[in-house]
Amino acid sequence: MSAPISTTGPPQVAGRARPGERRKQFDRAADGLLFGVCALAALLGVVLMLVIAYQVVHGAAPAISAFGLGFLFETTWQPNFGVFGAGSMLLGTIVSSFVALAIGAPIAISIGLYLSLLAPAGVRGMIGPLVEMLAAIPSVILGFWGILILAPFVQGTLEPWLHDTLGFIPIFGAPETTGASVFTASLILTIMIVPIIASISRDLFLAVPRDVQDGASALGATRWEVIRGVVLPSTSSGVVAASLLGLGRALGEAIAVTQVIGAGAAINASLFKTGDTLASRIASQFPGAITEMHKASLFYLGVILLVIGLISNLAAQWIGRRFDYRRMATK
Amino acid sequence: MTELGFDPAAPLTASGNLRRRRAFSRIAELGATAAAFFAVGVLAIVIYSVAARGAGALSFEFLVTGAPTGIAPALVGTGLIVGVATAIAMPLGVLTALFLTEFAGERMIRLSKLTLDLINGLPSIIIGLFVFGLLVDHHKQSGFAGSVALAIIMLPLVARGTQEVLLLVPGNLREGADALGVSRWRTVLTVILPSALGGILTATVLAVARAAGETAPLILVSSVFDGKEVLFKMSEAMPNVPVRIFQLSEEGNPEGIAQAWGMSLVLITIILLASVGARAMHARSRRKMSS
Repeated sequence: MSAPISTTGPPQVAGRARPGERRKQFDRAADGLLFGVCALAALLGVVLMLVIAYQVVHGAAPAISAFGLGFLFETTWQPNFGVFGAGSMLLGTIVSSFVALAIGAPIAISIGLYLSLLAPAGVRGMIGPLVEMLAAIPSVILGFWGILILAPFVQGTLEPWLHDTLGFIPIFGAPETTGASVFTASLILTIMIVPIIASISRDLFLAVPRDVQDGASALGATRWEVIRGVVLPSTSSGVVAASLLGLGRALGEAIAVTQVIGAGAAINASLFKTGDTLASRIASQFPGAITEMHKASLFYLGVILLVIGLISNLAAQWIGRRFDYRRMATK
Repeated sequence: MTELGFDPAAPLTASGNLRRRRAFSRIAELGATAAAFFAVGVLAIVIYSVAARGAGALSFEFLVTGAPTGIAPALVGTGLIVGVATAIAMPLGVLTALFLTEFAGERMIRLSKLTLDLINGLPSIIIGLFVFGLLVDHHKQSGFAGSVALAIIMLPLVARGTQEVLLLVPGNLREGADALGVSRWRTVLTVILPSALGGILTATVLAVARAAGETAPLILVSSVFDGKEVLFKMSEAMPNVPVRIFQLSEEGNPEGIAQAWGMSLVLITIILLASVGARAMHARSRRKMSS
């Protein structure tokens, strides 16, 4: 629809420059100025990313030199005694995010399939925006809702049921007295990542050429077989990239997790116990951190979070790019 | 007759294997449908619980007085912080997008897009830590620091959104301006930006909706306030809605909880209205562009 955009600037008009030399000079200066301002803004974005990384590492410097890499595996965190370690939070972050992804990704991909291939046009136009609206709810409200409405339900109904039916697996231990648990946090994270993964995967499925699907149908494939045999395989790397983006979001969520995870210090096998994540520890303790080392250690948690976040995002980009190439090759 | 291997007179109905495959397909379809309605159900439950519990706290007094009866200082604070953040992020975002669509080469485009996506993917608490280190450490908390943090969150959203609409501006508009000998800056200001204005506003409103509910960075850079009266000083820590909800939910006393529900209702209403409005605008400007 849109023609390729020229990046070389307007063609130089030779001769017959009526508007006069001064105006031409002015135009040239204004062109240069516009270019300069735009370039500066774009450059600022690039520099910003580097400065953010530098500042976070800089803030963590005292803790990095005091604890080194052992910080990652040390599981005690006692600000009053100056002992800091990220071990339990690192584990809590990974567990809560992966549980959220394990619950959320299948739901989200199903929603993507429904919205792109199954739903009638009218329903699609209504449900699509509603699912995306779920992503617009601020995390602080979701967390507040989580601790007052979801947590009692989880503690009173869901956890006992899971414990009774699947209690022989250690991760489904006995419920606690409050609903604040790693499991509740995972459920809240699930609510956050489902709309993200769903809307990306819907767009991916919509891009699968119609005639390939019709071809499979013509060969006698049922709708599910078309999805399983044509749609999913041709979009698999994109779906993985979408899931990684969702995972990145879950890993870094601070506020809602702080509200529902219960800030536990111990490492437990059971999901129904309290725990803590990197981001939520920063959010809950930073305002009250007094000693320099406490602050620096919280910054160190930030460094770990930054590295994990960048890895998951870059991986998503990389896998997504591969998908682009593949799609271009088939066209 | 026997060499056919099947009975040609048999009725053409599904049997055995085919019936199983169809049933499985049906179940898969039902599962996907259920997932979609489940997500909508969760949205309905969240909004309903906020509305049902928040409505009781809502009154005119609640909106216009200070603590302990009202939330005016937090509302004004959020408005100011987000307003200044928009004033920072919108020009920067639009200029970045202009650079990407009008000037940059292939390599710069890729680098800039990558960093914008990375910034967009950063946990917001990291941005809070960054702004704390940059502006608050050794100084004090301020509303302005909050604005800077929110501006960083908004920048990639505005830039990518604007870039998308700039790419939709028909190429022949540009070519027409070029053919008339119009200089580049005039083309940008009088042809390209006006025709992309709707899309730029959409992207900005969506970014505002996202920033208005951000809590994590503000906890680090604008959270120590008493919230009794309306403040207009950006150099002080400013009361704001998300941080107040968080504090009240952590304190857990019943009056505070009731107030937090009321604030949640106000915040969620603003944000959902903004994002619904932006989407409607988006649909309209897309239709206009493609027609």
